[in-house]
Amino acid sequence: MMHVSADVREDTTRPRADKISVKDLDFYYGDFQALTGITVGIKERGVTAFIGPSGCGKSTFLRCFNRMNDLIPGTKVDGTILVDGEDIYAPGVDPVDLRRRVGMIFQQPNPFPMSIYDNVAFGPRLHGVTKKPELDEIVERSLERANLWKEVKEILPRGGLTLSGGQQQRLCIARVLAVEPDIMLMDEPCSAIDPTSVQKIEDLMDELKDRITIIIVTHNMQQAARVSDETAFFLQEKTGQPAEMVEFGRTAEIFTSPKDRRTEDYITGRFG
Amino acid sequence: MNKRTANRLALSVLWLCAGTTVAVLGAVIIYVFVNGIGQLSPEFIFTWPHGVNAEGGIWPTIVSTLYVTGLAMLIVTPIGVLAAVFLAEYAVQGRLVRIIRFAADSLASVPSIIMGLFGLALFVETMHIGFSMISAALALSFLMLPIVMRTTEEAIRAVPKYIRWGSYGLGASKWQTVSRIVIPAAMPRILTGLILATGRAVGETAVVIFTMGQAINLPISPLDSGRPMTVHLYMLAMEGINLPAAYGTALLLMIMILFFNLTARWLLRRNRRMQG
Ligand SMILES: Nc1ncnc2c1ncn2[C@@H]1O[C@H](COP(=O)(O)OP(=O)(O)OP(=O)(O)O)[C@@H](O)[C@H]1O
Ligand SMILES: [Mg+2]
Repeated sequence: MMHVSADVREDTTRPRADKISVKDLDFYYGDFQALTGITVGIKERGVTAFIGPSGCGKSTFLRCFNRMNDLIPGTKVDGTILVDGEDIYAPGVDPVDLRRRVGMIFQQPNPFPMSIYDNVAFGPRLHGVTKKPELDEIVERSLERANLWKEVKEILPRGGLTLSGGQQQRLCIARVLAVEPDIMLMDEPCSAIDPTSVQKIEDLMDELKDRITIIIVTHNMQQAARVSDETAFFLQEKTGQPAEMVEFGRTAEIFTSPKDRRTEDYITGRFG
Repeated sequence: MNKRTANRLALSVLWLCAGTTVAVLGAVIIYVFVNGIGQLSPEFIFTWPHGVNAEGGIWPTIVSTLYVTGLAMLIVTPIGVLAAVFLAEYAVQGRLVRIIRFAADSLASVPSIIMGLFGLALFVETMHIGFSMISAALALSFLMLPIVMRTTEEAIRAVPKYIRWGSYGLGASKWQTVSRIVIPAAMPRILTGLILATGRAVGETAVVIFTMGQAINLPISPLDSGRPMTVHLYMLAMEGINLPAAYGTALLLMIMILFFNLTARWLLRRNRRMQG
């Protein structure tokens, strides 16, 4: 796990090491191969955006990093994914432990049907925190970091589902932050919520990214350009064929001078 | 016949058919109410029957009914709920699960008098428990099991996938997810199923007549026999002993069942409101 002290964080010129290294990744849903030959290094302390047309395997790839695909029967992964140098598909690795370190935000805000407080305290309680003062502190800090504290501090006992969609999404972010992950996967986190909340989420990503490695899937090119440091473009050339990663690089470069013709076509809106 | 008349005619036929349901329910309720309301009094509820014509109250039969229903609930709740959790969450969805589900559905369609006969043979005679609350509760729980199992299973399946993902995503194990997220989220609907099953048990006659006995008795231990309200009602009416008391019992029975059904509805509604 990564512990970044304050002085290191200020040193933005320090080269960022790879937090996640993917090598020759193939992914299968039963007989259908969804991804092929993906090799990429995702840098620590930053935001990486995955873009590409619908069905090109962005969510599938994202779910490989916390082994969420394990929950779908019949899936298979070939190749290696190292997180902090450790192979997360090695035999001894427990996906349950992995998911504490690799949090996930979904497209549909999914608060549990319980109070705001209990939503945020759920993770810490799972992992053995029981003392009320300690939980109180985690809840407040997590909501603070998720840009939601001001809006909910008076109504913590209220049901999480009574919040607006955008607030619910930030609640889900707080819930993930409460277990102190060092990677956060976000699968189209802003596609189902109001613009004000989108703004707040983009702001908080900006604040979080110097401590947490964030990967975001988005269909919104402007959002990808705004929030990310690196961008990966995925494409499935033909239906039934596996998708591949066409291009990966600095976001500024991908959006201004893509090397691959297909990337350019996608970004300028010629397909997808 | 022009289009408009045809339309009107079709509409009135539909109305008539739909109205029939309400009318039948209304007729039954009014009939029982009119005939039974004169009987209802604290004395009727809280005293014992006496004399050859069973005058007085029906207290021991109320207690027998509630006793056996409560006992059956205690038996059926853990088994039904855990079986449903297993089916919905753990069992590999395949032939075995289909067989179990088919068995549950078939169990639900076994006529209750056969379940009574089976209870008599198994608990009362073979196992020598005799006519008792526990024999009746066990037999009743067979009848309730499929209801509880199927409603619980449906309740569990209705918990959205993405809520489970949220839990797994935080590093919860399968059992943590099931016990802390899925079952609580499904609880209102599980309770609804339990309450409906309770209503079914309260109104059941055939099963209990075979397994609880008929002697009027205030049950204390589960091994005591007794006479539930339904059987009391049956005997008073069929043997023409005391028709007014039969209607009084009927009314009380209906009130109890109505109460269970309304509670179930209320729970569902409240839950829907809370989940927005
Ligand atoms: N559970 C599944 N079982 C079988 N095939 C699946 C499953 N989930 C996704 N797929 C297939 O894998 C491919 C990639 O899907 P995925 O959801 O990862 O795409 P995506 O890039 O996230 O699309 P979108 O932008 O629409 O979210 C698609 O062809 C899809 O049909
Ligand atoms: Mg997707």
